[in-house]
Amino acid sequence: IMCASAKYNTRGPALIPRMKTKHRIYYITLFSIVLLGLVATGMFQFWPHSIESSSDWTVEKRSIHDVPVVKLPADSPIPERGDLSCRMHTCFDVYRCGFNPKNKIKVYIYSLKKYVDEYGTLVSNTISREYNELLMAISDSEFYTDDVNRACLFVPSIDVLNQNTLRIKETAQALAQLSRWDRGTNHLLFNMLPGGPPDYNTALDVPRDRALLAGGGFSTWTYRQGYDVSIPVYSPLSGEVDLPERGPGPRRYFILSSQMALHPEYRLELEALQAENGESVLILDKCTNLSDGVPAVRKRCYKNQVFDYPQVLQESTFCVVLRGARLGQAVLSDVLQAGCVPVIIADSYILPFSEVLDWKRASVVIPEEKMPEMYSILQSIPQRQIEEMQRQARWFWEAYFRSMKAIALATLQIINDRIYPYAAISYEEWNDPPAVKWSSVSNPLFLPLIPPQSQGFTAVVLTYDRVESLFRVITEVSKVPSLSKLLVVWNNQNKNPPEDSLWPKIRVPLKVVRTAENKLSNRFFPYDEIETEAVLAIDDDIIMLTSDELQFGYEVWREFPDRLVGYPGRLHLWDHEMNKWKYESEWTNEVSMVLTGAAFYHKYFNYLYTYKMPGDIKNWVDAHMNCEDIAMNFLVANVTGKSVIKVTPRKKFKCPECTAIDGLSLDQTHMVERSECINKFASVFGTMPLKVVEHRADPVLYKDDFPEKLKSFPNIGSL
Amino acid sequence: MQTRKKYIFLTFLASWLLLFFFGGDQLRRFALFSGKKAEARRNWPRWTDRTLLKSFADPEELQRDGDPSLLSPRERRAAWLSVYRSSGCRMETCFDFSRCERGFKVFTYPQERGQPVSETYGKILSSIQRSRYHTLNPEEACLFVLSIDTLDRDHLSGQYVRNVDEKIRGFPLWNGGRNHLIFNLYSGTWPGYTGELGFDTGQAILAKASFDTQSFRPGFDVSIPLFSKEHPQRGGDRGWLYRHSVPPRKKYLLVFKGKRYLTGISSGTRNALHHIHNGKDIISLTTCKHGKDWEKHKDTRCDKDNVDYERFDYQELLHNSTFCIVPRGRRLGSFRFLEALQAACIPVLLSDGWELPFAEAIDWGKAAVVGSERLLLQIPSAVRCIHPERVLAFQQQTQFLWDAYFSSVDKIVHTTLEIIKDRLSPHRSRSRFLWNALPGGLLVLPDFSTHLGDFPFYYLQHGYSPSKKFTAFIRAVSQAGSLSQPILRLIQAVSGSQYCAQIVVLWGCQKPPPPSGQWPQSSVPLTVIQGSRKLSDRFFPFEAIQTDAVLSLDEDTSLSTSEVDFAFLVWRSFPERIVGFPTQSHFWDPEQGRWAYTSKWTNELSIVLTAAAFYHRYYHSLFTEFLPAGLRELVDGLAACEDILMNVLVAAVTKLPPIKVTQRKQHKEGVAQQAECRDGAAGTPPPGQRSPPAPLKGTAGSRRLSQRQDCLNRLADWFGYMPLVSSQLRLDPVLFKDQVSVLRKKYPSLEKP
Repeated sequence: IMCASAKYNTRGPALIPRMKTKHRIYYITLFSIVLLGLVATGMFQFWPHSIESSSDWTVEKRSIHDVPVVKLPADSPIPERGDLSCRMHTCFDVYRCGFNPKNKIKVYIYSLKKYVDEYGTLVSNTISREYNELLMAISDSEFYTDDVNRACLFVPSIDVLNQNTLRIKETAQALAQLSRWDRGTNHLLFNMLPGGPPDYNTALDVPRDRALLAGGGFSTWTYRQGYDVSIPVYSPLSGEVDLPERGPGPRRYFILSSQMALHPEYRLELEALQAENGESVLILDKCTNLSDGVPAVRKRCYKNQVFDYPQVLQESTFCVVLRGARLGQAVLSDVLQAGCVPVIIADSYILPFSEVLDWKRASVVIPEEKMPEMYSILQSIPQRQIEEMQRQARWFWEAYFRSMKAIALATLQIINDRIYPYAAISYEEWNDPPAVKWSSVSNPLFLPLIPPQSQGFTAVVLTYDRVESLFRVITEVSKVPSLSKLLVVWNNQNKNPPEDSLWPKIRVPLKVVRTAENKLSNRFFPYDEIETEAVLAIDDDIIMLTSDELQFGYEVWREFPDRLVGYPGRLHLWDHEMNKWKYESEWTNEVSMVLTGAAFYHKYFNYLYTYKMPGDIKNWVDAHMNCEDIAMNFLVANVTGKSVIKVTPRKKFKCPECTAIDGLSLDQTHMVERSECINKFASVFGTMPLKVVEHRADPVLYKDDFPEKLKSFPNIGSL
Repeated sequence: MQTRKKYIFLTFLASWLLLFFFGGDQLRRFALFSGKKAEARRNWPRWTDRTLLKSFADPEELQRDGDPSLLSPRERRAAWLSVYRSSGCRMETCFDFSRCERGFKVFTYPQERGQPVSETYGKILSSIQRSRYHTLNPEEACLFVLSIDTLDRDHLSGQYVRNVDEKIRGFPLWNGGRNHLIFNLYSGTWPGYTGELGFDTGQAILAKASFDTQSFRPGFDVSIPLFSKEHPQRGGDRGWLYRHSVPPRKKYLLVFKGKRYLTGISSGTRNALHHIHNGKDIISLTTCKHGKDWEKHKDTRCDKDNVDYERFDYQELLHNSTFCIVPRGRRLGSFRFLEALQAACIPVLLSDGWELPFAEAIDWGKAAVVGSERLLLQIPSAVRCIHPERVLAFQQQTQFLWDAYFSSVDKIVHTTLEIIKDRLSPHRSRSRFLWNALPGGLLVLPDFSTHLGDFPFYYLQHGYSPSKKFTAFIRAVSQAGSLSQPILRLIQAVSGSQYCAQIVVLWGCQKPPPPSGQWPQSSVPLTVIQGSRKLSDRFFPFEAIQTDAVLSLDEDTSLSTSEVDFAFLVWRSFPERIVGFPTQSHFWDPEQGRWAYTSKWTNELSIVLTAAAFYHRYYHSLFTEFLPAGLRELVDGLAACEDILMNVLVAAVTKLPPIKVTQRKQHKEGVAQQAECRDGAAGTPPPGQRSPPAPLKGTAGSRRLSQRQDCLNRLADWFGYMPLVSSQLRLDPVLFKDQVSVLRKKYPSLEKP
C-alpha cells in the first residue's frame, strides 16, 4: 500500500498540463487521485500501531508527564504464564531477524505510555531512572531500529525491573495489548528484582507467555538455558560512588561480609568463622546508633566501629555475597567495583551473563553446605591467582556491571550471538581484561602439527635484473631434495624477463610472476602459485647456502612451522644513551631476527603481511625500499609471541650490511636506517614484540666426533 | 468553459487540501523514508525531567532484600529436596556430596553371569576400570555405574535389555539412583524417538547421546557424543588435518551426503537439504533408500536423487570439504558429527534443541557453526562470509577437540567423569578456558593448581613467563657413609649457575643419608629427601620443589655450569617440553613388527634422558596423579624405563619432540661408577656411556636394552599409539664453534674438546 500511494502522489502534478485537451480523462484521473489519496490517508489513520504518531517522537523536549495514557479494560486479555519449555528454536521467530551482512539484530522499542486501570489508577510507575537509561542505551546503539516492521526483537517500554513496584495482572494486560505482542514472541523483558513475599520466586511473576526474560536472580529451575539471559542486579551506588581501581595484592582483611539483612543462620555461621580466624575476618552489620541525616545505606558497623560503604570493600581480599530472599544481590556489583573477589554462596544461582562470562576466573563459588570450610578453601587459592581474580572482578564490573548501558548492551549482544553464532564474540573478547588482551597472544597456527615432509617447500626469489646471479641461485636451490616449486618474482617493469629457453633447466616447476610495481612487499604476496605451506624467501644473490643447509632449514621449519626459520641472524638492542632501539649485525651471542634474504616461513604469514599488517608499515616499507624483513620479523613475533630460529653456523653472506668492501660509510647509513625501522615499527605495534634468544639450531650430530658420511646433513657450515 | 475550469480547479485544490490535512503527516514520513534514513531515526526521547525519575528500587530495599523471618536456609534446602525430585534434579538436590569427601572414586557393579553387555558398553566399563578413579570397594565410592547395559533403549533393537526396573530394584546400592551414572546412546523408538529410557532412572545422572535441551537437567546430566561400536577403546586415530592453508584450498565448500527421510520425525530438515545443492562447491546429496518399505513413500525426486547419490563417495567428500552439514538424524545426534570433527570438516549443525556434547565444558562456537534448521537456506551465504582466518581457527579447534575429548572411548568416558568431578568442588575445578585451550581439560589437574601461570601451557596466551630460577633435583643411590666424587662435583657445578634456586637430593638408598655436615657448602639451599628405591619416586611432586623448572639429575651425571645455564635459557623458550643433554631415539622395526629403541648415535632423537634434563614441575604431578598406578608399577617392576615413560607422557601432552642442547664431550672418568645400591645395570647409564665407544657390558647391557624396548612397546599399547615424536635438530649457542674469537663467545667452555 505504501508503495502504491507514493507512486500516485508523485505522478499527480505531472498530469495537469494535459487537462485542457482531455477533460473526461482528466476528471476521472483527478477523482481517482483524490479518492486514492483519501483512501490511503484513511488507512493510515486507522492502521492502528504500526507507525506511532510522529508527534510522539519529533518533539525532543518533552516531559514524562505528557506521555499518552492508555486505559486497560478489566477484561482485557492476560498472557499465558511464562512457558518453561521455551527455547530459541521453539519460541523465537528467527525469520524476523533474517540474514544480514552486518550480523546485527534489529531492536525496536515501544513508545512510552502510562497505563491505568478502569478506575484510572496507575498500573505501575511510568518508568524508573534505570529503565529509562537502559532504553536510551539501546536506542543509541547500533542494534536499534525505529521501524517496527524490520525489528527482530521488541523491547516494551513497560518497566518491570522491580516486581514490587507493579501490579502483576494489570502489567500483564498492558503487555498483551502491545501492537506486536503475538504471545510475546521476540519480546524482551528486563527484570532485576523478581518475586515477592513470601515465597520470592526467582523469575518475574508477571505472565509473559513466550517473551524472553533478562532476569537478575534466576535459579537453575527457572532459567531457560539458551533462551533467557541472566543479568546483574544493578547497584545505583555504581553511579554515585567513585572507587578508583586498586592494584591487586593483599588487603587488610582476608574475608569481609557487608550485607545487612542476612538470615540469622548465615550470620551465626559467619560469626563462627570470625571467632575461629580472628582479625582477618570482618563481619559487618547495619549501624544502630547513627545520627540523623547520615544515610544508613552508606555505613556499616562492627561493634562500635563505623565503616564507609562501599569503600570498606576495598579493604578486603574476599567479599562474601550471600543469597537473601532473592538469589541476585546488588552487593555483587559493589564488590566487583571494589576489586574484591566475590565469594558467592547461593546454591543454584545462575550468575550474571553466565552464558558468556567465565566466573571461575573472577569469583569463588562455595556451596551453602560448605560455608564452614570457607576459610580453608580460600586459603588454598594461590596468591597469584587471587591477584588475577581481583583484576578480573574489576574488569567484569567495568565492562558489564557499571551502568544500565553496559547491562543492556551485553544482553543484546548475547542474544545477537545466538542468532548469528558464526559471527559471535569469542570467549577471549568477553573475558580477557585489557591488560591480558594486550600482553597475550593468540597464535593463529596454534595446533601443534609437524607438516609432512612430502609437501616440500616453494622457493620465492625476488629479483630485479641480476639475471646471472639469479640463475645461479636457481641452480643451487633446485638441488635441495624437498624443493617442490620455484617462483621468481620479477620486480622490474622496464625489462622483460629472459626468454624461456635461457632459464636453467631444473627438476621442479619454475614460474615467473611479473609485478605491476617495483615494491618490496611483492616478495611477501600470497601468490596462488605457492601451493605448499612452507615458503623459502631467498634473495637473488644468496648462492652460498649448501643444499644440506637448505634442506636442514626446511626440516627445522617443519618442527617450528609457526616461526621464521632463517640463516643470517640479527639483534635489536636498547641504546641507553640515545634511549631508543638499535639494530645490531655484529657477531653477537643473541638473535632476535632473521633476515628474509634466506628464510623459511609459513605461507599464512604472507597473507598476514599483505592484508593485516598494522598501521602504515607496509606502505612505509614500500616507499623506503628497506626493512621489509624487519617488518616480517615484527609481524610474526607479535602474532605468535615466539622467537625466530636461526639455523646453522654463521657464514659470510653477501648482504648489504656485511659488505665491508663497499666502505664503512654506506654500512653506517644502512645501520642507521635499519635502527630507525625498528623504532618506527615498535611505535606502530605499540610494543617490542621481538624475542631475544641465545640458541640456534644445528643438526643433531653437528661437529660431533662421528663419521661424516653417516650424518644426515654433513655439509653444514663450510665457508 | 471558464466556470468549469474554475470549478475543476477548486475541486482539485480542495481535495489536495484535504489530502494534506489528513495525510500530510504520513506523506512527509514517506519522503523521509525514501530519503536520508539516519536523520529521521526516531530515538528514545531525552525526557526533560529524566533526572527527576526515581530509581527502580531505593537503596534500602536493595541492601535489605528479604526479611529474616523467611524460611531458614536449611529448611529451604530441605524443601527443594522434596520439590525437585528426578525431573528437576540438580547436584545440590539429588547428589550426595558426603560420599565424595574422601575423594572421587567410581565403583562399577560386578558383571553378573548370563548378563552379557554389548561391545560398546564393555568398552565404557573398561574405560572406567582403567581410570585412576576406579575402586572395587562400594563403601568408598562416590559414583556408581551399573553393569546392566543401558546403551540401547530402543525396544525394537536386539540389544535392548528387558526388565531393567526390576533388576535395579534388586540392587541394594541403588538408593533411588542417587550418585549413579547411567550411560545411554539410543533412546526411544520409531516413530517418535522420544528421550524415554524405558525404566525409572530416579535420581541418577544421565550421560546420554542426542540429549535435547528440554529434558536435559543442566549442571546434572552430561550430554555425550554418539559413537559407533568400532570406536577405539584407547588412543584413537588422529585427526585428518595435516596442513594449514589459507584460504582453505578445498574442493568443496559445504557437503552433505545422507538419507532423506520421506516420512516421520525430522523428515522436514532432511527433505530440504537438496535445495542448497549447486553441483559446484556445495554438494548436498540425499537418498531415499532406507528402511524396508521406502518405495511405498517415494516421491518424484527419489529416482534422480538416488542416482546422483551414488556418484559421490562420502569419505571423499569428507576429506575435501571445508564445511560439513550435520543435520539431525531420527535422533538429534549422529555419527557424522564425530566423523566431521575428525576430518577437520567444520560441522554445520542443523539439529535444533540438541544439547551439544560436553557443552558444559566445550565452547562449540569455536569449532562448529551452530545453524538453525529453520534457516537452512541461509547457510550457504553464512559460511561463505566466514573469514579465512576464522576458518583456519575453526579447523584447528576441531582437531584439538577431537584429539582431546573424542578420539577414543577412554577419552569420552574420562571427560564425562572429569566434568562430574569438577562439580563437586567448584573452587577446585577447571575454568572454561582450560577446557578449550590446548592441551585440553583432561591433562590439566585442578588439584595441582587453579592458576594458569602454574602450568607450562599458557604462558603466551596470558602473557606470563616461566620462573627465572630452577630447582636441581638429584637422585642419589650410592652407598651411605660418604658422598661419591661425581655427586660432589655435580652439586658444585649446578650451584654455580646463576639461575639455580635450590638443590633437592632424593636419597634413594635405605641407608640414611650422610649428615648435613658432609654435604658440600654451596650458595644455594640444599634439601635432602628420603625416598624409596622405586624409580617412579623421582617424579613424585615433592613439596620441596618450589620453582617451575626442574633440572633432573642422576648423581653420576657430569655437567658444567655453563651447560646448565645455556640449557636453562633454552628451556625458558620451550617450557612445555623436556630440554636435556643425552638423547636416544625410537623407531618402528618392520621385521619384528614392533617399536624398537636405540641408544646409539643417530641423526634423530625422540627421548631425552632424565639423567640430565630440564622440564616443568607440573609433569611430576601428571606423572604421579594422571597416569594410572599400573604404569608406574610397570616401570618400578622393570626398574628400567621411568625416563621413557616421562618422555612418552610429555610427548602425549604436547605432541612435540623433546629438545636436545649441546653437551660438552664427556670425560670417560666416572663412567665405571656403578653404585652398590643399584641392582646391577638397572639404573640409567651415565650420559657418557651410552655412545658406541663404550659398549654395554655384555648380557647385562642387552638385557637392559630389551627391557627398555619391551617397556616402550607396553607404553605404546597402553596409550593406544606411539606418542613419541622425532626431532632432527640440536640447539647450540649462537656462536657455537663459529670462527670468531673465543672472547666474544658467551659459552666458550662448551666447545672445549
